[in-house]
Amino acid sequence: MISITSIINIALRALRANAMRSFLAILGIIIGVGAVVTMIAIGSGASEKISKQISSIGSNLILVLPGATTQGGIRMGHGTQQTLTMADAEAIGRECSAVMAVAPAITGTAQVVFGNQNWATAIIGTTPEMVTVREWELLWGRFINEQDVRSGTKVAVIGQTVAEKLFGEVDPLGKIIRIKKIPFEVIGVLDKKGQSLTGQDQDDIIYVPITTAQRTLFGQTLPGRVRLIYVKASSLESIPQATEQIRTLLRQRHRIGPNQEDDFTVMDLTQMLKAAEESTKTMSILLGAIASVSLLVGGIGIMNIMLVSVTERTREIGIRMAVGAKPKDIRMQFLIESVFLTTIGGVFGLLLGIGASLAVSSLMDWPVSISLFSAIIAFGFSAFVGVFFGFYPAYKASTLNPIEALRYE
Amino acid sequence: MSLIELENIVKVYKFGEFEIRVLDNITVKIEKGEFVCIMGPSGSGKSTFMNIIGCLDTPTSGKYYLDGVDVSTFSLDQLAEIRNKKIGFVFQQFNLLPRATALENVELPLIYAGISAKKRKELALHILSKVGLSDRANHYPRQLSGGQQQRVAIARALVNSPSIILADEPTGNLDSKSSLEIMEIFKKLNEEQGFTTIIVTHEPDIAAFGKRQIRFLDGKIVCDSKVCPVDEKL
Ligand SMILES: Nc1ncnc2c1ncn2[C@@H]1O[C@H](COP(=O)(O)OP(=O)(O)O)[C@@H](O)[C@H]1O
Ligand SMILES: [Mg+2]
Repeated sequence: MISITSIINIALRALRANAMRSFLAILGIIIGVGAVVTMIAIGSGASEKISKQISSIGSNLILVLPGATTQGGIRMGHGTQQTLTMADAEAIGRECSAVMAVAPAITGTAQVVFGNQNWATAIIGTTPEMVTVREWELLWGRFINEQDVRSGTKVAVIGQTVAEKLFGEVDPLGKIIRIKKIPFEVIGVLDKKGQSLTGQDQDDIIYVPITTAQRTLFGQTLPGRVRLIYVKASSLESIPQATEQIRTLLRQRHRIGPNQEDDFTVMDLTQMLKAAEESTKTMSILLGAIASVSLLVGGIGIMNIMLVSVTERTREIGIRMAVGAKPKDIRMQFLIESVFLTTIGGVFGLLLGIGASLAVSSLMDWPVSISLFSAIIAFGFSAFVGVFFGFYPAYKASTLNPIEALRYE
Repeated sequence: MSLIELENIVKVYKFGEFEIRVLDNITVKIEKGEFVCIMGPSGSGKSTFMNIIGCLDTPTSGKYYLDGVDVSTFSLDQLAEIRNKKIGFVFQQFNLLPRATALENVELPLIYAGISAKKRKELALHILSKVGLSDRANHYPRQLSGGQQQRVAIARALVNSPSIILADEPTGNLDSKSSLEIMEIFKKLNEEQGFTTIIVTHEPDIAAFGKRQIRFLDGKIVCDSKVCPVDEKL
């Protein structure tokens, strides 16, 4: 039995003898594998980002905004009118059976000062349910409670970014910050959430009791009005039911006639994200499929080169057979050559793919995710392509008749 | 028991309706240690005869006993093994691998015999020295003269200690001086080490090295004796 190292040596020597041709054949595989790796990275980066957003925004989240979604088919800006009230929020919590928690919110931006640090950030006035609705953990301290809302205490729960900007290394708990020059006591620090759907930093935020916000921070808001209402449905399945219940209830409460449009908008964020997730998945499969075509083309290139090589080396094959090479020895020799070509292509293709992914990520600001999985895919695929496309040429070589092969010019 | 026994060997090539009987009922025995020269006009079936003995080709019908074993029914793998272990081929065109050195060419049969790299090199160098090419071990075929290339081919044929050396017109591409040198090597190998040697040749002075001559004509053996008369048709 011929040793495997001998066969590998023979294959390597043949490849080196035709370095330029080998390189060109490999190039096809490099591009193919590179394309597959890049596409997988782009696709899975996008789905990963969306999955992260789904969990960061809070599952089963429904947003109720003032203003109609469409007017005569044209999407209008939300929140131009102040049609939602605290009472609406309470009613939703009380009367909609498919709703688990409700948190109304008043929003605005303001300059915040601690010591000699100052920072402009989003201020949200809300109720204690907000942490439940948004599934947001506290890192330290506590969140706003019923007592704070009832008496309008000047307390603040700050996000990670605010904590960093204002306090740095200092422990924020119990410290007094000034929002619009009004002193607030920091009672809690929220856990990190990361970027939102629209790319905003969700940790750049301060929560205060909704009553306090209304009375002392955002005086322009009509009393009892809220900017938006966060609703958490009791389960993923009950989201459509919850949406319908909210709509019916609000139409009643706002006395909207049968032919009139809603003066509010109910947005099912989870569903929007799920749809986005689905479409990115489809997109990554599509991208991968397109990229695979180039790998296929690369494979055909390898097959072509191997066939040329078998023909060119017909006499060599005859000589080897004459001195005792078995058909399977010849088959192995060409198969190893082909797998070697494609595996080298796989390695460089992986590097190319990683490079291209990083370039895409930095130039187009697209999240990419290069995983061990893509590396395995790249390697496995290229070896498979080598075996698959190398098999026929190798088989052809092994079935040559030694006498005819020896006579070949 | 003879080393080689052919019984009613027939080789036929069919071209649609036509068929050519390249070997027509050949029956012949060759003993261990013989030095046989095969002669005959071009197309008379000499190479086909050699290829069948060398297990590169199989007969259409008939029996071939090598060392008492009927090899006419052997599989491709078994035939390859016989070529590797028992046969040493020398060709008119030398048939060396152009991108391998003399040493590597000589090692080739040993690779397929599964012998370790170290042992291969040792054996190949030893055989190269026997054909007087120790100093050319790392030369490529194109750096060698025709006679030297044929000596490398002989070394390759010998390296796995075969029982039979088959040479099909080994001097056909050589000048007369190199031809005689090559024939001297064959003669020495036969006399000193007892290699059974079968050589195809056109030239009477080369055939004269044989201790037995077999003449082919149209696929038949027309003469098999110590010396065959020179055929005027040649
Ligand atoms: N593969 C083949 N197909 C058809 N005819 C062949 C083949 N090989 C050899 N022949 C024919 O067999 C005859 C004998 O060939 P060969 O044994 O090579 O003769 P020699 O070596 O005596 O010149 C020739 O007529 C040749 O054309
Ligand atoms: Mg011939």
